[in-house]
Amino acid sequence: MSGAALVLHQFRFEQKVFWRSPAAVFFTVMFPVIFLLLFASLFGNERIDSLGIDAATYYVPGIITLAVVSATLVNVAMRMVEMRESGRLKRLHGTPLPTWVYIGGRIGNAFVVSLLMVVIMTLLGRILYGVTVPTETIPALLVTLLVGTFAFCSLGLALSIAIPSEQAAPPITNFTVLPLYFLSGVFVPESEIPDGVLAFASLFPIRPFFQAFLTAYDPATTGAGFDWGHLAVVVAWGVAGILVTMRYFRWSPRQG
Amino acid sequence: MPEAVISVKGLRKSYGELEALRGIDLDVRRGEIFAFLGPNGAGKTTAISVMEGYLDRDGGEVEVLGEDPAAAGRDWRGRVGLVLQECRMEELLTVRETLEMYAGYYRRPRPVDETIELVGLAEKADDRAGRLSGGQQRRLDVAVALIGDAELLFLDEPTTGFDPSARRAAWQVIEGLRELGKTVLLTTHYMDEAQALADRVAVIAAGEIIATGTPDDLGGRRDAASMISFEVPAGDADGIRVAVAGEWSGANGSLSLRTAEPIRSLHELTGWAIANGVELERLEVKRPSLEDVYLELTGTEAGS
Repeated sequence: MSGAALVLHQFRFEQKVFWRSPAAVFFTVMFPVIFLLLFASLFGNERIDSLGIDAATYYVPGIITLAVVSATLVNVAMRMVEMRESGRLKRLHGTPLPTWVYIGGRIGNAFVVSLLMVVIMTLLGRILYGVTVPTETIPALLVTLLVGTFAFCSLGLALSIAIPSEQAAPPITNFTVLPLYFLSGVFVPESEIPDGVLAFASLFPIRPFFQAFLTAYDPATTGAGFDWGHLAVVVAWGVAGILVTMRYFRWSPRQG
Repeated sequence: MPEAVISVKGLRKSYGELEALRGIDLDVRRGEIFAFLGPNGAGKTTAISVMEGYLDRDGGEVEVLGEDPAAAGRDWRGRVGLVLQECRMEELLTVRETLEMYAGYYRRPRPVDETIELVGLAEKADDRAGRLSGGQQRRLDVAVALIGDAELLFLDEPTTGFDPSARRAAWQVIEGLRELGKTVLLTTHYMDEAQALADRVAVIAAGEIIATGTPDDLGGRRDAASMISFEVPAGDADGIRVAVAGEWSGANGSLSLRTAEPIRSLHELTGWAIANGVELERLEVKRPSLEDVYLELTGTEAGS
């Protein structure tokens, strides 16, 4: 098989495993849907004056951020730890499969699931809460999504290296992302969060990704909706993740 | 003599202070089933990991399929199949899906269904790996090792943790590899496994190979003295010791005679018994088993 065909081959099996995994489907697909329904129903009609949009319009890109980080960083970290500690990663390394194909299949899976979540959230927002569907900024949304998928998958790979065992994977991964969701304004509107906290959260990749997505999603945005400044921060984190991964990646389980 | 598929000279490997391998020499020829025997921690897995290309060595020469495994590329990986000591397969994929996935990685894979048949999982082909028993999962692992139709297979303790019938089934699979013309290097700490499968055996202990040979020849087994034993007869036991010369010993109500000429000794013994009207209950003639030789070589009290 050619390289591209092989990536597609790997992607097919990644998809099968993803959709058959109750934990992955629940936390990546069901969880964000429940959160959107919850937040938008409770606070959807409130106006966020500082941004000039209603809360429902704020929460759709907010919960999309949650779903994308879950489909990429959280999923990749958990799967990589499982692959490594089960001995499958080492076994895979003993086959002729090029490493980049394997990683490519996994990132492809993350991107397709993320894209699906963007579509689901957008439709739910439109149908239930009348949130305007952005059309002019679709290229910006796609680019933001691609950049985010790349960066958060690379950070998921890097994080998996720091996780010693399968048992430790869920607590460490959640402990990494959950506080950032809160501090970044994904759950609580940013108008309620002190400036100092937002500035702190902006050092990490979730907040700038959310802001870039919000810019492209905001109906008040004029022009193409590319938020290059925030995207640059996300890219920088992605590059850092790759460097850490290339330097410290392990194929073998901790024992043996 | 067929060409050497694996050629190892003076292989050394240390983990910090611990010398795991202290200069190992080894040749495995094409079409051979070669078993590495040794107690846990003897260095079996370390040695096999170097030959698989997973572990860098500290010294010595290693050539596997004509290449140095430490520097070998993807084409070489396609010619080598392996079963690691521990590996859980993806629980959410079926047996067939797992093999289809791995088949895609190789240039000329074996047919998936044929491979499933070969390891005896035809009835489980559409079951998810997570629902298989331990022995069946291991057979799936072996099937994955075979799917690339590699010429050389490394099987690291392929039957550890199997129940007796699963082990027999696995042996049949490995026997089948011989018919396919594969070269197999397996590690085991089961003597009967080495006896049943291996053309040649190397015993490794404390990082050194202390004996090499066929299972029948190992440690001078073919020439070793036989042991004739029977229950102490009710009548005149001392009479036997006088009548038949040899190295006698007794324990637990039985008598044993160690002899280099079992046929002559047996003839004398039974002749004496008939002449004196004595029955020799539980009469046995035994050569030292591979396990006896192994225990003597490795100096361990009991096999593990």
